[in-house]
Amino acid sequence: MRIIAMIKRVLREMVRDKRTLALMFLAPLFILTLMYFLFQSNTTQTASLGVRGVDTTLVNAVKNKHIKIHHISNQASAETNIRNHNYAGFISQSGDKLTLTLQNADQSKSAILKQSLQAAQIKLRTQAAATAIKSQQRALKAQQQIIQKLQTSLAMASRGARSSRSQAAPKSTALPNKSRATLAKQSVKPVNYSATTHYLYGSSDSTFFDTLLPIMIGFVVFFFVFLISGIALLRERTTGTLNRLLATPVKRGEIISGYLAGYGIFALIQTLLIVVFSIYAFKIQILGSVWNMFLINILLAIVALTMGLFISTFASSEFQMVQFIPVVVIPQIFFSGIIPISQMAGWLQPVAKIMPLYYGATAMSNVIEKGSNFTDIFGDVIALLIFFALFLVLNLVSMRRYRQV
Amino acid sequence: MAITIQVSNLQQGYGKTIVLKNINLTVHNGEILGLIGPSGAGKTTLVSTIMGMLTPQKGTVTVLGQRMPNRKLLAKIGYMAQTDALYSTLTARENLNFFGSMQGIASDKLKTQIPYAANIVNLVPDLDKYVKDYSGGMKRRLSLAIALVSDPELLILDEPTVGIDPELRQQIWTELHNIADEGKTILLTTHVMEDAEQSDQLMMIRNGAAIAQGTPDQLVKDYQVKTVEEVFLKAGRMQDENNRND
Ligand SMILES: Nc1ncnc2c1ncn2[C@@H]1O[C@H](COP(=O)(O)OP(=O)(O)OP(=O)(O)O)[C@@H](O)[C@H]1O
Ligand SMILES: [Mg+2]
Repeated sequence: MRIIAMIKRVLREMVRDKRTLALMFLAPLFILTLMYFLFQSNTTQTASLGVRGVDTTLVNAVKNKHIKIHHISNQASAETNIRNHNYAGFISQSGDKLTLTLQNADQSKSAILKQSLQAAQIKLRTQAAATAIKSQQRALKAQQQIIQKLQTSLAMASRGARSSRSQAAPKSTALPNKSRATLAKQSVKPVNYSATTHYLYGSSDSTFFDTLLPIMIGFVVFFFVFLISGIALLRERTTGTLNRLLATPVKRGEIISGYLAGYGIFALIQTLLIVVFSIYAFKIQILGSVWNMFLINILLAIVALTMGLFISTFASSEFQMVQFIPVVVIPQIFFSGIIPISQMAGWLQPVAKIMPLYYGATAMSNVIEKGSNFTDIFGDVIALLIFFALFLVLNLVSMRRYRQV
Repeated sequence: MAITIQVSNLQQGYGKTIVLKNINLTVHNGEILGLIGPSGAGKTTLVSTIMGMLTPQKGTVTVLGQRMPNRKLLAKIGYMAQTDALYSTLTARENLNFFGSMQGIASDKLKTQIPYAANIVNLVPDLDKYVKDYSGGMKRRLSLAIALVSDPELLILDEPTVGIDPELRQQIWTELHNIADEGKTILLTTHVMEDAEQSDQLMMIRNGAAIAQGTPDQLVKDYQVKTVEEVFLKAGRMQDENNRND
């Protein structure tokens, strides 16, 4: 009864505050869209390359959609040409010696040029080797057939062994079975000579954005719920309504639950919006279940909520609440997987374990990019629930300051 | 007459500072007790302790037969704080509804109680206005209405008449007397001597101690003065003399 009245009030206040509502629902979409364009731009970037006296076969091999080739015939130095035409790089050839000069004002363009030149050299080398490989391939195929024949007979032999054994000692059948399995595996192992690249997750179109998006979905939900719920409770303290509320027989738990449910509803809508927006606007591929995404986001939201409520007890104004962002929110981004935890200094790695966002973002990335199911993310779910329980208790205790019963 | 509030040997303060010492107080059913004293004397502290918002440092507080602090008992107390604590983005009606529900009143009872409480403070025409559009006095009146809305057995009002015009003050006092006549108890703090004169019992607090206690008429007689205000001033002077002698 009281909780319902609390929820109703929270919803009413929120709905009437159009600015905050817009901040909660539109700002995340805005931020994600901005990131989408920012981190997408790398793939459409083109680098202009000046070329002088280079073999046409190599130039053709270098050519791709990210490079604009300019043929140069003047005798000015590479540096002058780069300066005058604002080229990202310049290649000249004398004999069989190639010289690549890079402007290097934009490292991503330099990278494109270096990679393209490398790729071109490999391409030419493979082309030369292609004829030789073809004949080798034929010989290998014949070999393979012989191996296969051998293996089938081997398998038959082990099957025979198994059946004879199973009569004698039925419990030990596992052993021959296992050996058979390894044999079978060997026999289906493909012989692959052509160099095709396989991407375990994502595709050759994957950009940094695809890595970033799952983390950012978790982060924006965490951040906005933290800020808005924290400030809401803070306002309730500074205007005295919290004190007034505690002069009624309401339980402290009922106040917290009302807040959780009320802001939880907004967090749910926010999550729904972000996920649907990501699917339709960014066309992200979600390999795992969308429900697991919702679960993680809701857990992150309630952790952010209880954390925001708790942190707000240490702030005496909205301004002070904002001061907590660099202390408790920003560091969490660093440990959320944007920088791989395994690449961090050894002593720094355990720090990630005390950050709720680490668990949320890891689970979210796993669900979206690797198709993890509920059992895979179970550990992260438990970790988030522990954070939630911890902050819940801290809130109940800290509210004792206002009423001792 | 049954006792509603019983305070014995109360010492209260914040942290190490002591605000109230050795306070004894008894309020009976149907009585109106006025608490007067200079600013910073500890009136709000005493009221908060009686409400159970603060645990006594020493001594005991009993309200309606139960030791305070006691959360459930708060359902029987209507409270008006010294500072208005209202939700400004909600209308007055929504505020009344919300605090009424928090007090534990059923929603169908609230439907009749809200117009009743709003009528006492002349707020019926403005019930559906947002509180942020209210004047200071209107907010004060709404706070009083919130205290009245649960039809409580004990009303605790911290400076209820601040910012209220004389005509409305008269009307409110008429209603407070009606409420007391129904056997309900009222405790209020005030700086206004007219309010003090309307009370059945008075308690004067100064420098953390109770310096005078009794009915207004009795006090005027005992101190051999003409008005309650003079009682207050004389009692204060006597306290200062006693302290100097100590
Ligand atoms: N939360 C608090 N923490 C510390 N000291 C406090 C607190 N509240 C009040 N005090 C101190 O206790 C003393 C009594 O304050 P209280 O609010 O009870 O006075 P009051 O009689 O209600 O005054 P007024 O008429 O101005 O409302 C004051 O000296 C005040 O500084
Ligand atoms: Mg006061």
